[in-house]
Amino acid sequence: MKVGLAHLGVIAYIIASSALVFAFPQSVLAFLSFEASLLVIYHASVDQTTKLCLGAIVLLVLLPVLGSVNGYYLEIAIQVGIFVALALGLNIVVGFVGLLNLGFVAFYAIGAYLWAIFGSPQANHFIPGNLFPLSSAWFFPFLLLSVGVGALTGALLGLPVLRLRGDYLAVVTLGFAEVVRALVNNFDKPINITNGPKGITPIEKPPLFFQPLLEFFGLRVDPSVLYPFYFYFIVLFIVILTVLVAQRLEESRIGRAWKAIREDEIAAASMGIPVVRMKLLGLAVGASFASAVGVLFAAKQVFINPESFTFMESIGVLAMVILGGMGSIPGAILGATGVTILNLQLLKGLSLWLNTVRQAGIVLSIPLLGDFNLSQIPAQFEPAKYERMVFGLILILMMMFRPQGVLPPRQKRGH
Amino acid sequence: MELALDILPQVLMDGIVLGFTYALIALGYTMVYGVLEFINFAHSEIFVLGAFVGVEILLLLESTGHLATLHIAFVLLLVILGGMLFSGLAAMALERVAYRPLQGSPRLVALISAIGASFFLQDALRFFESLWRNTFYLTYPTLDALDKTVPLGLNVVVPVKSLLVIATALVALAVLHLFVNRTRLGAAIRAVAQDPDTASLMGIPVNRVIALTFFVGGAMGGLAGVLFGLHYSLVNPYSGFFPGLKAFTAAVLGGIGNISGAMLGGMVLGMLEAFAGSYLSILTDGAFGAEYKDVFAFAVLIVILIFRPKGLLGERVREEGA
Repeated sequence: MKVGLAHLGVIAYIIASSALVFAFPQSVLAFLSFEASLLVIYHASVDQTTKLCLGAIVLLVLLPVLGSVNGYYLEIAIQVGIFVALALGLNIVVGFVGLLNLGFVAFYAIGAYLWAIFGSPQANHFIPGNLFPLSSAWFFPFLLLSVGVGALTGALLGLPVLRLRGDYLAVVTLGFAEVVRALVNNFDKPINITNGPKGITPIEKPPLFFQPLLEFFGLRVDPSVLYPFYFYFIVLFIVILTVLVAQRLEESRIGRAWKAIREDEIAAASMGIPVVRMKLLGLAVGASFASAVGVLFAAKQVFINPESFTFMESIGVLAMVILGGMGSIPGAILGATGVTILNLQLLKGLSLWLNTVRQAGIVLSIPLLGDFNLSQIPAQFEPAKYERMVFGLILILMMMFRPQGVLPPRQKRGH
Repeated sequence: MELALDILPQVLMDGIVLGFTYALIALGYTMVYGVLEFINFAHSEIFVLGAFVGVEILLLLESTGHLATLHIAFVLLLVILGGMLFSGLAAMALERVAYRPLQGSPRLVALISAIGASFFLQDALRFFESLWRNTFYLTYPTLDALDKTVPLGLNVVVPVKSLLVIATALVALAVLHLFVNRTRLGAAIRAVAQDPDTASLMGIPVNRVIALTFFVGGAMGGLAGVLFGLHYSLVNPYSGFFPGLKAFTAAVLGGIGNISGAMLGGMVLGMLEAFAGSYLSILTDGAFGAEYKDVFAFAVLIVILIFRPKGLLGERVREEGA
């Protein structure tokens, strides 16, 4: 293997950015530059194997190590992972099949509530016998179950509405998501199934099946320390799995059928592609991704309520897919990472900064306008409260100037 | 059953008021869909903008002391025309900035841009109001004349507010009907809705007609916003979401692209919602209460789209949609 300048550059970048994070564990910018190293790896002109190895080092070794320096980074990485998996799911529906699903969050909610209800004492309200909460060992079976449940609900929703034109479909899926949210919000009576707006807690976490192994090696780690790392690796595993599934699907007969439908439905149908069945499949696959991630989300949060599943979330995930590029897997990953970091770090960072400025009470003298005390900036202006504006701008600007996204799907020419 | 009959007049009244509000908003969706075949997702924000313009005018009059001295009819006229004008212009600006550059691109692209515009406008309004008033939850000042009630016999009293909504909406709908069906501009709008290419060949300035359509639809939305504000008092930048979605449902219910359909659909949906809100809990013995009334609209939407996707009065289809 020839080691070129590009290899050295990438490795130097990774080392430098991780050193920065070590040196300034609280700095948002340092962590951002570290996160960018994945992008650098993706774009560097080195061969596939090196990319994979470097990516593995960053994700499997460096990030957890940095996470032990500042636990918040691990939290961000988990959130990013959750949204990457969601964006990959939506990317199948919107990007591959070309169906605008505005109610994606509904499937996420279905998965989350599936585990929340049975993984907590909640189910005792309507199933006698005091069997619940199920032990944490059931987490993985439920993860599998949620894939099936998600696919089923996705297909059930699709059956009646797939004959509709694209923009109608968008509004119906949006309506469906609102119906799901209203149901979870109100199904605390007549039978208490979802515990209504109060939400469900405590939800079982995934099983620490490897703890005996750790103890065998003489490691006694407190579960509260272990869980963030554990979740990180579960999320990473799910993300890798979803990437692989999405990639295999894209290159399969099914994926090609989806794209044919997206480009020209009538032509696809006349080529013998079963349009409705393929669309249903797309909706179902996307929904199953979301639902599985929902189970994970419930287990991670320990507490869920209907507030986490609003229209905002659907639009957020859509913004991720659009930003990265509809139909592009690297794009969906980039979009999800970018938007989540924008939300969690940049906007929150700016809000914190604004707060410190306010508390410092600096007086600004502006010529002609007089003095202005910065402590008078109202709390209303915290950038973290303007998520919608950010999502909105992303959607409008992308549609106007770069509808194909930042990392558009590569067109394969010739076979 | 005694109880159920007692509240019937009230329920009918609520239904009519809601119905007119939805009908006015639905017009904006349906007219724009008629000419561009595209769901103007940001129309709900145009509606909210009207409500905000209304409250700002009233608060301004209140702070200068004119609210008490000016004649109520004049105040109302000012508020209504102000809201309509502002919303209409905002809708035109929106078309110019966010939609026109996308003409000719796939439908999905324009729809996504519209969703983005909707989200952007919500927070832009919030930002502006935070800057201006340090809060974005605004309350309409009380107008004594509107808080009175009129007895209507049979133990029924009707608030003046509701009468105002009904009367204004009726006038606006009548004027709009005449405008679209009896004037040259209205004919131009209908021509563009039928076939933009041919309309263009006949010398109709299609882009100007589209802008006009946005203005008229936006003004109707703004009017709905002002009436909504006068009737329910509380507005915030996010209060357009549900009325907007329901009005869209109403437009689809009536047959999207069809102006009389929007009016009918709004009325049917308003009535359904009012009845669901009051009677659902009585009918199901309290198991399902008024909290399901929002869901009701969507359930209706899904059912119509399955069984009668062209709506009650039928959709004017321009070209064969798949």
